[in-house]
Amino acid sequence: MEIDPFIFRLSIFILSIFVGYYVVWSVTPSLHTPLMSVTNAISSVIIVGAIIAALSSNDGLVFSSSSIYGFLAIILAAVNIFGGFLVTHRMLAMYKKKKKGK
Amino acid sequence: MSANLSAILYLISGVLFILALRGLSSPETSRKGNLFGIVGMVIAVTVTFLSVENFTSGFVYVLIFLAIGGGIGAFIAYRIPMTAMPELVAGFHSLVGLAAVFVAISAFINPEAFNLGTPGNIKLASLIEMAIGAAVGATTFSGSVIAFLKLQGIMSGAPITFKGQHLLNALLLILILILTIYLCSTQSPNLFWTLLAVSFLIGFLIIIPIGGADMPVVISMLNSYSGWAAAGIGFTLENTALIITGALVGSSGAILSYIMCKGMNRSFFNVILGGFGAVEQSAATKNKEQKPVKSGNADDAAFLMKNASSVIIVPGYGMAVAQAQHALREMVDTLKKNDIKVSYAIHPVAGRMPGHMNVLLAEANVPYDEVFELEEINNDFANADVAFVIGANDVTNPVAKTDPQSPIYGMPVLDVEKCKSVLFVKRSLSPGYAGIDNDLFYKENTLMLFADAKKMTEDITKNL
Repeated sequence: MEIDPFIFRLSIFILSIFVGYYVVWSVTPSLHTPLMSVTNAISSVIIVGAIIAALSSNDGLVFSSSSIYGFLAIILAAVNIFGGFLVTHRMLAMYKKKKKGK
Repeated sequence: MSANLSAILYLISGVLFILALRGLSSPETSRKGNLFGIVGMVIAVTVTFLSVENFTSGFVYVLIFLAIGGGIGAFIAYRIPMTAMPELVAGFHSLVGLAAVFVAISAFINPEAFNLGTPGNIKLASLIEMAIGAAVGATTFSGSVIAFLKLQGIMSGAPITFKGQHLLNALLLILILILTIYLCSTQSPNLFWTLLAVSFLIGFLIIIPIGGADMPVVISMLNSYSGWAAAGIGFTLENTALIITGALVGSSGAILSYIMCKGMNRSFFNVILGGFGAVEQSAATKNKEQKPVKSGNADDAAFLMKNASSVIIVPGYGMAVAQAQHALREMVDTLKKNDIKVSYAIHPVAGRMPGHMNVLLAEANVPYDEVFELEEINNDFANADVAFVIGANDVTNPVAKTDPQSPIYGMPVLDVEKCKSVLFVKRSLSPGYAGIDNDLFYKENTLMLFADAKKMTEDITKNL
């Protein structure tokens, strides 16, 4: 009997939870705020679903009832992606070590 | 592009996201980590573009909307002050939640476009995944909006509680479960909309009873929810990048919530059930007897610090409110010129989100190797001459170690009272968030500095 592809996805999911668990415990507490903003940015990879949704109309119309939700989701996810990565970058650029000889 | 190739590329972008988080294990590698994250995102979006078979005029609109959202995001990211980071993160969480809801709605209306079956005849597994993604997304959205309003001060930070609150929440959760089951058997759009409405409602109800200083837990929890919502949609779309990311973000938020709860010595359920601040206020008002307090001015503080050889700074949320981080750094610079050793002690729940104080100090150009976590620095207080508490309160209260009756008993606190002298910058003697008096105010070696944190710090610098 063939294994349902769902099982493979479930395996990836479960293993990723464990990877996340160990990776996040190794994050230094002083970087917990950037951690939150960067997880925000990467969870907006949901934009791939938004793009599919936006291009989902099949009757020649650009804006159909289903694609309009896709376009809205694209805006939201894009705000998050650009905002999340840029604000993380801004924060991380501020973390400096003690200057030597001072 | 073949389905196999795009699946592999999605996997690569998932791995890059793991590396992005891994980079945050130290400030040196963190910037590279962020770059990995960006590359992962570019790969995921490009692959999705290339998998589109018919380039209709809709594609142009996709790019336009992408640019609009990106522009808004970039604008916010550059303009936002670092003190407003908790609000920003809460706002961003709400967007992820709403995006998940929109994608789920679109997939429900037009399942053919997602290869999930036809309307009214969606594959059972996909429908369950979709319902989970939509429900968690809706909860994340409304919960984050409330958290945002509370942090922004538009809504009062005080917990809003009413009778039967927990019962109502429990009933709504059961209702969500029942709706999901019926939705799967009937595929009725009305049930889908009802499910969304109830999920919005529960997100709202879960967050309103939680008080201002519990926000670090709430933000972390919503962070976790936004991850699970993304993972749910990832299963619907059969997309590895989304599944991996959802799992990463979900566990990340869960760990942060755990760390924050531990920092307050409270169980997760205790925080979620809420009402902490409201219950304790009565206790605070009843033992309001007058005790002698020593108060001083900037001159006294400057004198004490000038004669010290080591000073430990304890910043808290009040510093963020007063925007005093830059003034503080200037004061520390002057101290260092006088060969005084200065370090910073940060409590896990200082501020309104995990790591909030660290970012503010970094913004004020404080080198991160002078900033220490509770466990690293707590033994040093006994050897330090002066502790300078600015905007912190409950996290320094020795009651947490001595009085089993106290609501904060058992909470890890900074051993500030072991210092030779303690300077406490505060606007008044009012109790902190936990609603209890701080014994430290009345200690022999404590000098209260009643003033705005920023102004006081500047005055001390002048007097040094």
